[in-house]
Amino acid sequence: MIRVFLAESRKLRRPGLFVGTMAAVIGVSALVTSLLFLLIDSARGNGRAGELVTRASLELPQGISVGFSGSAGLLGLVALCVFASQTAQEYSYGTLRNLLVRQPRRLTLLLGKFLAMNLFALLSVIFSAIVSVSLAYALSGKAKVSTAAWSTSDARISLIHTFINVFISVIAYGTIGMILGLLLRSPISSISIGVGWLLVVESIIAATVKNSGKWMPGQLMNSIASGGDFNASYSHAITVLFAYLVVGVTLVSVLFRRRDVAN
Amino acid sequence: MSIFALSVSDLSKKYGQQQALSHATFEVSFGTVCGFVGPNGSGKTTTMRMLLGLITPTGGNAHVLGEPISHPERYLDRVGAMIEGPAFYPALSGAENLRFLATLGGLATSQIPELLERVGLGERAESKYKTYSLGMKQRLGIAAALLPNPQLLLLDEPTNGLDPAGIQEIRELLRSLADDGTTVFLSSHLLSEIEMISDSLVMLRKGEVVFAGKTQELLLQQQPTILAKSADPKDLPRLLEIAHQAGHEGSVIGEVAHILGPTEWAGTLNRLAFDSGIILIQLEPMLPTLEETFFEMTGEI
Repeated sequence: MIRVFLAESRKLRRPGLFVGTMAAVIGVSALVTSLLFLLIDSARGNGRAGELVTRASLELPQGISVGFSGSAGLLGLVALCVFASQTAQEYSYGTLRNLLVRQPRRLTLLLGKFLAMNLFALLSVIFSAIVSVSLAYALSGKAKVSTAAWSTSDARISLIHTFINVFISVIAYGTIGMILGLLLRSPISSISIGVGWLLVVESIIAATVKNSGKWMPGQLMNSIASGGDFNASYSHAITVLFAYLVVGVTLVSVLFRRRDVAN
Repeated sequence: MSIFALSVSDLSKKYGQQQALSHATFEVSFGTVCGFVGPNGSGKTTTMRMLLGLITPTGGNAHVLGEPISHPERYLDRVGAMIEGPAFYPALSGAENLRFLATLGGLATSQIPELLERVGLGERAESKYKTYSLGMKQRLGIAAALLPNPQLLLLDEPTNGLDPAGIQEIRELLRSLADDGTTVFLSSHLLSEIEMISDSLVMLRKGEVVFAGKTQELLLQQQPTILAKSADPKDLPRLLEIAHQAGHEGSVIGEVAHILGPTEWAGTLNRLAFDSGIILIQLEPMLPTLEETFFEMTGEI
């Protein structure tokens, strides 16, 4: 498995993919945190989905990580795209046959790829955390937000919790991307269906069916990143999402192990 | 230990109602070059994929380097393969693609520059794969197949897209590998190449093996032809009649009579023609080429 991990990491660290993705991550994190502080007095809201995050709440110890946790959904979409494309392209390029000739243990191949992409996701979350926290400090003066509570141990603990929750959320997005890539075997189809479902379909269902957000994977991943929210408690979100992922991963693992590689 | 690098017994593959391969049985000895020929859709690639564990047979069994194909992990570290053309990551260079595969297979990356030189890609090693011509992609595919220093090479159309000089280089490379003990199992549409390089042959037609054995044996099984040219072309119909009376059929193509008959009968034909006043200015016994044999056996014409 370590060989698959190292080989996949070799592919993932190529400049076009690594620099491009990390630039997107930095851009997204910077945008979310900037809007949070620069629109603090806007009546139209400064947080996720028009939510109003007040100056008083930003001045709490948890305030340091609000921008970072708000980036989780977009970071997740980036992860979904990377995981889906890196998986499905093995079919579209026809490279899967080369991979299986050099590593015939199919589940080992799958797990090694998954772990390498997790490392990639971890780096993206680290970049996002650095950018979000740095910008929060940089913009706090302009937004007249006191940062006194941000250097307390409560703030550090909150930041660590947020980091773990965002990472879990991003990995969940990525896993969904990988599941779609293995099922659909086309980067474009898997990305468009994944992003379309999470951004459009779920929003429509959540807006029209009461309490449906508690069962929608995209909504649950956002709830996890926030450490639990109005949509679902943290424990509910973790439990339901974990169940979804176990079913999905089991299904695609069985398919991947048994399916003929005929392209 | 098995004496065969490949041993295929009653191997079958069915996709729904489509029988891609039916009860194929053949063997390939160690250290030989075996040509694998057949028209498009005859089951060549399906067979190769089964030998590599990429698809599961619906019947029969096969052994590669003495191991069953149900356990490809037991033999694939000693096998190099290029199936259905080269497939690599377009954004990586040729060398990066090989480093990726070497890392995946736990193989030494230090051999990559030498391998790329060997297949004629030394100068373009660091160019991105997407900038390669078809012939260069093919060369990279062969280099990738050689990465594990294989005991067995499975190559599907390795000379596809190469120019004549490239085809000759690859032919010489494969022959030298076989001379060093590597078993080469290759499919190609260039039957003249297969005839030149292969010790044995497996021929498929509509998913069934129609011949498996030594290439020379196959050619010798075929009816040789005697080509005869008379001083006066008007004598050719009379020459055909003489051959017919002696039990040999023939036809006139251009200004040459093609008469089916064993090589040693050419002398008799010459005497019979002379006795009838026909002067032959050319008399040439010919064995059919592999291409002619292929067309005859697979019904491709």
